[in-house]
Amino acid sequence: MFTPDRSKYPEIVDGKAVIDLDSGKYLKLWQGPQHPGVTGNMSLELIVCGDEVVDCKTHVGYLHRGFEKLMERRKFIQNFPIVCRICVPEPDTNEYLYAAAVEEVAGIKIPEQAKWLRTLNMEMSRLTSYLMWIGGHAGAFGLGPIGQWAVTHRDYMLDLFEEWTGGRVYHMYMIPGGVRNILPDGFDRRLEDTLQKIEKLMSEIEKVMLNNAVFKMRAVGLGIITKDMIDRYGVVGPIARAAGMKRDVRKNSPYLMYEHLDFDIITGTKSDAYERLLVRFREMFQSIDLIRQIMKYIDNSKNIHTKLPNVLHWKIPAGETYVKAESTRGEYGYFVVTDGSELPRRVYVRGPSYSHAVALLEDLIINVNIADVAGLMTSLHTYPPEIER
Amino acid sequence: MKEIIQRLKQQFTISNVNQQRVDLTFLSVKKEQAVSLISYLRDFEKFSHLVFLTAVDRVEDIQFQLTYMLHNYNTHQDLGIRVLIDREKAEMASIHHLWKQAGTYQRELKEMFGIDFPGSPRVDESFILEGWDNIPPMRRDFDTKKYSEETYFPRPGRESHDPESYMKSKLYPEGDA
Repeated sequence: MFTPDRSKYPEIVDGKAVIDLDSGKYLKLWQGPQHPGVTGNMSLELIVCGDEVVDCKTHVGYLHRGFEKLMERRKFIQNFPIVCRICVPEPDTNEYLYAAAVEEVAGIKIPEQAKWLRTLNMEMSRLTSYLMWIGGHAGAFGLGPIGQWAVTHRDYMLDLFEEWTGGRVYHMYMIPGGVRNILPDGFDRRLEDTLQKIEKLMSEIEKVMLNNAVFKMRAVGLGIITKDMIDRYGVVGPIARAAGMKRDVRKNSPYLMYEHLDFDIITGTKSDAYERLLVRFREMFQSIDLIRQIMKYIDNSKNIHTKLPNVLHWKIPAGETYVKAESTRGEYGYFVVTDGSELPRRVYVRGPSYSHAVALLEDLIINVNIADVAGLMTSLHTYPPEIER
Repeated sequence: MKEIIQRLKQQFTISNVNQQRVDLTFLSVKKEQAVSLISYLRDFEKFSHLVFLTAVDRVEDIQFQLTYMLHNYNTHQDLGIRVLIDREKAEMASIHHLWKQAGTYQRELKEMFGIDFPGSPRVDESFILEGWDNIPPMRRDFDTKKYSEETYFPRPGRESHDPESYMKSKLYPEGDA
């Protein structure tokens, strides 16, 4: 077991580390923005002592495209192809939340079948996003092949999305008022085939990753988040659940058709990187189960869209609302303010990575070996575009 | 929720209470009382989660509307607290001592709206925009089109056309069809 020499560590004065870069004891190191171990385009300004991190600053801004500002200058319907671009691996949460917020302010009710199709879309996107994540997480610990397997299976899911919605990555499927398409013929059979392939993949990942001694030695005990940190840092989603918190927006504030589905909140106890992997791993199985449950309610003969006013001159009365949904990272939300005109006054996107990747990561990374920084980041499952919308 | 509002009314001057959904309520409070109201909600009413903090530019009233969204995990209620502050001298008391991530929100608001939060950690450091010297870009009076026309130039060797007349000449080269 590695025991670091504590005498080399910075002196702590008034709760702050005194770091003198000229002393020759420390090295400033940039991890990112181009680094295979960094999720997306962000960078960490690390100060290391030996191979342990003693200070960290998160830098974002490499991916800023000004979505919130763009949306203020576009009509409600013009914004709907923009919102999915905010999160690449899981765009459907953004689509749903934007549509739901606009519908709520405008007072539109959507047909039940559209809600089922939206729920199906959300669960499929959850599974797709987790597949990408598990590949990245394995890669961060040096288990490269798992990344290739997982991304291949993500592609099978993207094929399904393509035949259903016409788009592979950005689906632009949930428009205000309902959804765009019914399921194509034979979709249920091909979906079931893909789910079985993913289940087989998961059993293989369990053998080579979850039961891998090297992986366990690195991941167990990495980045422990105690229960009292959860609220102080605004931690949500699987990270909070891995600490034993029964918090899931799907269950606590049910939206769409989740109240009709049978599932439990999956929690862990140890709250380290390995436990977070276990929670997400079980949620992938849960997601597969939910997709099978939802498919029983899909009926292609029913209405899937409400009639809207002319969307090019659609004025929505003044109001404000906040809608939220459970994404793979936790509570995702849209705060929309309207002022009675054809354009939204303000659209604010609340992404869970906002607190995870800045305030939480900067404190959690202290005393972590630089080889494990990538693993710690992926175990927090951060996506920079949520921080710098 | 009604009992909480009643209790709040005894201690604070709150107005414009609007129950948007069963689980979502908005209310307005004066700038001076905002931080004590938020501390009270966190410590005594179990609104332990700061969901977000953001601003809306009410440029026509020369005001910013700050919205603090709090969540109660026991009753699963969301409570949005609106605070109106002066746009000309935009300054608000910081809440970074209540939640760690509040510092990040305040840093972003300083950069994007120019709202100052004295005492908030690293509030003056740039968050997303590096070397920005214009007015804060999320303000309504920041003209994005003008900025991009002044800052970015089309690559030489490219022609640009007026879309309407260009398409017309391409589709109907003989004149009007």
